[in-house]
Amino acid sequence: MNTIVLRTASNYLLPLLLLFSIFILLRGHNLPGGGFIGGLIAAIAFVLHAFANGLNRTKKLIKVHPGFIMPFGLAVSFLSALVPLLSNAPFMTGIWASDPIPVIGHIGSTLFFDLGIYITVLGVTLTIIFTISEAA
Amino acid sequence: MLGAILTGVIFALVLVFFGRFLKRRLAILFAAVPLGLFLYFSQYIKPIANGDIITQSVSWLPSFGINLDFTLDGLSLMFSLLITGIGFLVFLYASEYLKGHQYLDRFYGYLGLFMAAMLGVVLSDNVVTLFLFWEITSISSFFLIGFNNNDKASRKSAITALSLTGFGGVLFLGFSLILGSIAGTYSITEMLNAKELIVQSDYYIPIIILLFGAAFTKSAQFPFHFWLPGAMRAPTPVSTYLHSATMVKAGVYLLMRFTPVLGGPDSWHYTLLAVGGVTMVYAAVQIVSKTDLKAILAYSTISALGVMIFLTGLGTNKAILAASVFILVHALYKATLFLITGIIDHKTHTRDIRKLSGLRKVMLPIAIIGLLAALSNGGVPPTFGFLGKDLIYEAALESERWNWLLTGASVFTNILLFYGGFQVGVKPFIGDLPAKYEKITMPKPQLWIPPAILALLSIVIGIFPLLIQDSLVVPTLNALHVLEDELHLKLWHGFNLVLGLSMLTILIGLLIYFKMQPSDKRTALFTKYEPLSPKAVILKGGFYFKKFSFKWTNFFQNGYLRNYINTILLFLVFLLGFLLISHIQLKMNFDAMTDITFPELATLIILIISVLFAVITQSRLAAVAALGIVGLSISLIFLFYSAPDLAMTQFSIDTLTMILFVLVLYRLPKYLNLTNPRNRIKDVIIATTFGTLIALLALEVWQVTNNNEVSRFYAEHAYTLAKGKNVVNVILVDFRGIDTLMESVVLTVAAIGVFSLLKLRLHQKD
Repeated sequence: MNTIVLRTASNYLLPLLLLFSIFILLRGHNLPGGGFIGGLIAAIAFVLHAFANGLNRTKKLIKVHPGFIMPFGLAVSFLSALVPLLSNAPFMTGIWASDPIPVIGHIGSTLFFDLGIYITVLGVTLTIIFTISEAA
Repeated sequence: MLGAILTGVIFALVLVFFGRFLKRRLAILFAAVPLGLFLYFSQYIKPIANGDIITQSVSWLPSFGINLDFTLDGLSLMFSLLITGIGFLVFLYASEYLKGHQYLDRFYGYLGLFMAAMLGVVLSDNVVTLFLFWEITSISSFFLIGFNNNDKASRKSAITALSLTGFGGVLFLGFSLILGSIAGTYSITEMLNAKELIVQSDYYIPIIILLFGAAFTKSAQFPFHFWLPGAMRAPTPVSTYLHSATMVKAGVYLLMRFTPVLGGPDSWHYTLLAVGGVTMVYAAVQIVSKTDLKAILAYSTISALGVMIFLTGLGTNKAILAASVFILVHALYKATLFLITGIIDHKTHTRDIRKLSGLRKVMLPIAIIGLLAALSNGGVPPTFGFLGKDLIYEAALESERWNWLLTGASVFTNILLFYGGFQVGVKPFIGDLPAKYEKITMPKPQLWIPPAILALLSIVIGIFPLLIQDSLVVPTLNALHVLEDELHLKLWHGFNLVLGLSMLTILIGLLIYFKMQPSDKRTALFTKYEPLSPKAVILKGGFYFKKFSFKWTNFFQNGYLRNYINTILLFLVFLLGFLLISHIQLKMNFDAMTDITFPELATLIILIISVLFAVITQSRLAAVAALGIVGLSISLIFLFYSAPDLAMTQFSIDTLTMILFVLVLYRLPKYLNLTNPRNRIKDVIIATTFGTLIALLALEVWQVTNNNEVSRFYAEHAYTLAKGKNVVNVILVDFRGIDTLMESVVLTVAAIGVFSLLKLRLHQKD
């Protein structure tokens, strides 16, 4: 699609949507949201950018092939699940910092777990959509 | 003991990285690994002879009762010493035999892995762990048998061996699980206490059928014996290792190990007697038709394994003693014969006994080694073989029933084994030396020292049986709970029936050897009946099975998405529909429902209109858009019923699905080719039935008074335990976090699948 309106808008929408997806990710612990939905929204942001500017430019923007994002996300989730082992708690025990941090709120190992899910979902969705749009 | 097993695995792993450098000159050093293990196990000879049992337990899955339990008792020790001892000699031998081979590092890697797995089999006290090692022996032997992988026949033999032993592996898995659930434990030691329970259980017969299936396929018993001759395609050191001391003895080991647990009922003893007896006689007869050295050894190995199973089946104290001794006897002489066959093959490049003669003139020490092995094989005094054969005859004579039949079968088998041993160990060395072999010289020491050691052992133990009596044989019997009050292994028992039978065996054996030369006519006679042999029958069965599975797969996996969807839906309709109709009384309680509000009604109407539009429209894109509206309406409904998480997810997923749909449809040709009316009516019926069924199901679920203890638990503890107010998300990332982790792995795998499928197609187009 080659419309000036969409192309201009997408340049502003991309950072906004990404911010929104992170907002969704962070609020997930207490309100509707979370890593899965956040990752989907982030993926939609990039797809919108690709629709407006062409796939190649979006790919350039991301720099790495989205396939490489997936294992990174898995690693983050897995490592966050390993952290409790350091303090002799069972695998995947939630560990929480005692004081809340402004804006983000309470920080715990589950947040990093959710962040990993966010990254994985983003990578998976982009991989599938990019591959199919290249092949089709 | 876990360390001993891991040594082999680590050895194999090290070779993966450093094999390239080590294989050139240092291959001989690899033999240090089995030698070290042999010494390690030797240190236990004394404590175990004193009645100790060494155990080690490493917990693995304690909640399932599956642990890495290892027990070293007399039986395990005997096998461990054989595995590592003969392993050492084979490692040494192979360093010269396969010198300079391109894949020598791989070869040692497989061999190390195989040795580790065999040790695991004989040391495991837990049937599930035992199964694991059992499978690794099958797999690593597959690589060893198919080592010459550019030879088609070699690959085929490897697959035959893997199919049969793998089939046995499945049976073994069934055996271990059923036995474990009946005995209430997976530990073999603890099963001894549950013997009554197991033997009287309704599942006793299925249990022993599964066990026999596993043991008979591994130990090449009739009618599964034919993979063993095929496995002779492997390099000779492999044949030596697999068929004298390890792989094929695993089945015998298993049966002996479980004799104290499962033995007793007639079904156990008579089956083993019958199968062992048929195998030993059948394979012994086959020996006379073979002219290839390794083929003769293959059939004599099968026959010897038959003897061991036969003795285990007899089950008397004498018989178990005879079996234990015969395992040692056989390992020593059979390994020797295999190794000298390898030397002959290496030097003359033939294994045809009709072409080989007079080699003593160029390799006298090898000829002596061959003669010694043949004597032990034939049971000529004063070799160890004589002692072993006497014990077999004694056991057969003492049988309560059919003792003459059993003794006759044993004598007959032993005569033909004698013949086979002389064909391999003596015949190539006597007579005139053909001119083309005159330039042959003695092989390197790495080749002739290993068989020399084994042949000497056969003689020394024969003369001084006390060497092994208290150190190996008595502990083995103790491990099998056989109480022999006074055991005296000795060569000379005085003039009695057993001695007479022994002499008869030797005389007839010699007579046959000198009178019956290998002839093409006899080979042809056996070939004529080949189509009736178990090999032909089972392979034919395998062929038709393959054909059938090909058709079956083609029927279901026909590559048309519509057929896949139809199959899945119809299957679900039948399965769910059957359960719904037969097990559940449908009842609807419409009064309990809330009234429909206006927004709900409006959404519903939009939903129905878009569904109808999607069905009727002629444009693909319009249909997709209509489906998109359906998805969005559903997310609205989620919102009405206070499930914002679901609504959000549904919304984003729907958006992405639409994008994907459009991307795919965009490139399809413009023209629409509608399917014919018949197909469409079929699709309508399937879709409507499935939809109705799901609707019924949803209504029914709502009717069932559900136990909401679980959801209450989550609701109550989400904040206190996991510090989150959003219960759904807390379940996802905390309570059921491992599920989520695994699901994201699944997602990744799916993405990789899409990527590779499409990219592969792209490359094909280029």
